[in-house]
Amino acid sequence: MKFGVIVFPGSNCDHDLIYVLSEILGNDVVELWHKDKDLKGVDFVMVPGGFSYGDYLRSGAIARFSPVMESVIDHCNQGGYAMGICNGFQILCEAGLLPGTLLHNTQHKFICKNLYLKPATRSTIVTSSLDSDRVLKIPVAHGEGRYYAPDDILRQLNENQQVIFRYCDQEGHFNSKANPNGSLENIAGVTNAGKNVFGMMPHPERAADKLLGNEDGKLIFKSILNSFVGA
Amino acid sequence: METAEQQGTTVQQAKDLGLLESEFEKIKEILGRTPNFTELSIFSIMWSEHCSYKNSIKWLKTLPKKGDHLLVEAGEENAGLVDIGNGLACAFKIESHNHPSAIEPYQGAATGVGGINRDIFTMGARPIAQLNSLRFGPIQNEHTKWLLRGVVKGIGDYGNAFGIPVLGGEVFFDESYSTNPLVNAMSVGIVDVNKTISATSSGVGNPVYIVGSSTGKDGINGASFASKDITDESADDLPSVQVGDPFQEKLLLEATLELAETDAVVGMQDMGAAGITCSTSEMSADGGFGMKIHLDKVPTRQEGMLPFEILLSESQERMLVVVHKGKEQIVEDIFEKWDLNAVEIGEVTDGGQLEYFMNGEMVATVPAHDLVLGGGAPVYDREYREPAYFAENLKFDIDSVPEPDDYPATAMKLIGLPNIASKRWVYEQYDTMVGTRNITTNGPSDAGIAMIKGSGKGIAMTVDCNARYVHNDPKTGTSIAVAEAARNIVCAGGEPSAITNCLNFGNPYNPEAYWQFVMAIKGMSEACEKFNTPVTGGNVSFYNQTVKEGSEAVPVFPTPTIGMIGLVNDLSQSMTLNFKTKGDLIFLIGESVEDISASEYLHTIKGVKRSPAPHFDIDREFQVQAATLEMVKSGHVNAAHDIADGGLFTCLVEMGIYAGLGFDITADASVRLDSFLFGEGQSRIVVTLDPAKEDDFIEAMAKTKVPFTLLGHVTRGKMMIDDSHFGFIDDASEIYSNSLERIIDSSVSS
Amino acid sequence: MEFIAHIDIMPLDALLDPQGKAVSSSMKNLGLEEITNVRIGKHITLQVSASSKDEAEARVDDACKRLLANQIMEKYRFELEETASV
Repeated sequence: MKFGVIVFPGSNCDHDLIYVLSEILGNDVVELWHKDKDLKGVDFVMVPGGFSYGDYLRSGAIARFSPVMESVIDHCNQGGYAMGICNGFQILCEAGLLPGTLLHNTQHKFICKNLYLKPATRSTIVTSSLDSDRVLKIPVAHGEGRYYAPDDILRQLNENQQVIFRYCDQEGHFNSKANPNGSLENIAGVTNAGKNVFGMMPHPERAADKLLGNEDGKLIFKSILNSFVGA
Repeated sequence: METAEQQGTTVQQAKDLGLLESEFEKIKEILGRTPNFTELSIFSIMWSEHCSYKNSIKWLKTLPKKGDHLLVEAGEENAGLVDIGNGLACAFKIESHNHPSAIEPYQGAATGVGGINRDIFTMGARPIAQLNSLRFGPIQNEHTKWLLRGVVKGIGDYGNAFGIPVLGGEVFFDESYSTNPLVNAMSVGIVDVNKTISATSSGVGNPVYIVGSSTGKDGINGASFASKDITDESADDLPSVQVGDPFQEKLLLEATLELAETDAVVGMQDMGAAGITCSTSEMSADGGFGMKIHLDKVPTRQEGMLPFEILLSESQERMLVVVHKGKEQIVEDIFEKWDLNAVEIGEVTDGGQLEYFMNGEMVATVPAHDLVLGGGAPVYDREYREPAYFAENLKFDIDSVPEPDDYPATAMKLIGLPNIASKRWVYEQYDTMVGTRNITTNGPSDAGIAMIKGSGKGIAMTVDCNARYVHNDPKTGTSIAVAEAARNIVCAGGEPSAITNCLNFGNPYNPEAYWQFVMAIKGMSEACEKFNTPVTGGNVSFYNQTVKEGSEAVPVFPTPTIGMIGLVNDLSQSMTLNFKTKGDLIFLIGESVEDISASEYLHTIKGVKRSPAPHFDIDREFQVQAATLEMVKSGHVNAAHDIADGGLFTCLVEMGIYAGLGFDITADASVRLDSFLFGEGQSRIVVTLDPAKEDDFIEAMAKTKVPFTLLGHVTRGKMMIDDSHFGFIDDASEIYSNSLERIIDSSVSS
Repeated sequence: MEFIAHIDIMPLDALLDPQGKAVSSSMKNLGLEEITNVRIGKHITLQVSASSKDEAEARVDDACKRLLANQIMEKYRFELEETASV
């Protein structure tokens, strides 16, 4: 299948994502330049991490108005797949493609370390092949990752199984100690009502290479690929 | 205003700009007339300590610079280049940003990171890793906490957004750094050897471009400022602060690397200290050409900037590019793509003269050669004298220090001291993983290792300097800094290849401070020769001193920070430091000595400040490293960790915390137990191995003729020494991992 | 007397404001080319009790100098609004 990875000025996880999707997982991957509206016929749009436009004003706020985002919004509204990781998640929230928003970490500090998470539902292509009891070790690296949504939206997310990942401890328990940034209900990733747009703060592409000593993130990409093979 | 600038200047003006009377005379001689103010400010900044190295170059020239793998030697380009095979080279350099960080820690540290990365990518290399070496006053002080928080956030915010991971670093606290923190930042990049960009200008008629950010009034006189004593008053020196823009830097990086793929560029130089002045003169002097520069064409952020302001501005994220005539469009298109300024401001001329124009009128004309280091810049021979404290240190007698009454309590206290405890609070604020090259995230090691994707190789890197050792004995202490860096590389499975240095010292006009500098250079030379690690470049920062109200300035501990890289030829042979399995055997390579000199234990727990550097024998050190590398590469051992700050006990705790494993060891009865556990005698490395490999290991070690002993074995969690219970690793881990955070955050909660 | 202080803190004119600069250039994408020179600062409100307006001014000025503004990087100005005492 064909992936497109958006390159905004200030993206810095774009190459990492391309490396995993093409070199490690053997897919067709094209770069999508922020000034172009053409999505080059990709099946799946990836919005990478980084600091698009320096993350000035608010993370993702300026990137959301890039020419390429108009096409991404159309693509998603027509049921096309897209996934944002870290800054990509923030951009998709700013663009209104995902519910909720990401606030400054409660500690008001950037945090980068390995964390643990578990899928919260298997009803999406990102999580369908994952083992619901298996704890995944995936790193985070963000200053604004505290997931927040108003009560009514949060209720909807839970009712529709739109929470895709929650932070847990190494043993798989959800508790406040395992929550790195103060996210509501330990939420690490969500999907939209149509379950075709996804966002997560942790970086699976940083845990998908045997040489890095951690391949848990690869399982997430494989879940996506498996769903497409099955479709 | 214009007329005032055009007039001849006086010796008083020269002095105000930081020049000596003799230097003013020399300038008049060079020009054959009295310089105008613009010209005088050009000389003042180019002849400042920061740009000219006038008080250090004599000694820097004695450092070993030759090496088998060096493609570019020190001083030839912005940074050294080491051949790493596969058609690739590694560019790396370390630089200080101490004085700006003392005033405004956040921006000072951020622009330090920006500057050192520009040095690397100006050469066409993509930075792949950063390291930093930080020093502050006692962490309990509120002022220190303010500095630390600002510096760490500045490094993090800039580096994280720029997108280059931090792979290593050190943080050290001592009284001497109270008002003068040290912020040393290192960047490591890789480049295709055929695509490097030179910092030399040539070709009469070739256009000269300024690219990147607009020029503002920020940082004017910054370089001169950096060379002056700093006291509390300088907080009012507003224009010395520069603001970093990591977003702009990221765009500049991508545009520059695209430019490196073309054949449009003659040469390129980043603008750091002294801005346009420095880049135009250094690029020109290198090739023996001149330049005609139209300052009115430089994009400025503010209206009405004067010629000298444009020339001296240290606005960040700018570069000077000399382009092959006829290929201007290629360059302009690339910068347009990345939404960056690229403006032609002049051209290369014959004859070596720099001519600066404003609205068609010449405002300054100076010979490039006479401005630069290695050209006409002054070189001084400074007086030095051994300070009285040194002889006092040598009188230290271990018998004057009683052994602790309670060893387990002392051990637990030691691992919670700010200089020993984990620096997690600091490094978790840095992105350590972006770029997906850092193999030490999940495999902790004595050195950071960045893999070179697709080659099976990696670059090991480290920054090291125990400044207390250097203070106590500058020559031996600096040799140890080089040796420790090499030891860290070796423990990670790498072969040391070269170093960069950041020499942080006091006032060079103080003969005792200068003695520390001279001795440090001698110690560094000796060790670099021994370990075959030439010096590829770096920087010197003088005038680092802590000024307290009503007393004389006290120099900081002399701190020659060593940044070393090494090659890991086969990543499958790289080594981690953590205990693997209960029952594994623990061996010591090297030998225990009766020595607690300069240790954290002696200094902080026993409160004894006067002692020499720790025991160090450079030949033994070399043998220990060679033997360890052999054991690592042959797969005889499954973990290796050097004994450094905090001694053996700290070393074992650091190995145990990852998997919650303890140790059961027997002490060496021939030395005092505090020497054995807490002493920092050099040339000792702890390794562990599967008991099934014991015979092979012993046989292989016996052949090396390097002393080694069986210390004991890895336990499930208990820490036992000579059958005494020292507690559990989980408790040690709690103290080691969280002590620093508790101290730093203590004021917030109380 | 009770006052509310409305404090504006802005980056010094001589210094680069990277945030404002990035926002300025994105105005073009929104079709708002007329908008240039965006500079971004902070607005702070706080309550202060004092015996006179002059005293309140001195207290707020002190707060700005010592904590709220980083005078190496930022300038500030404020206005006081008298409110009914509680």
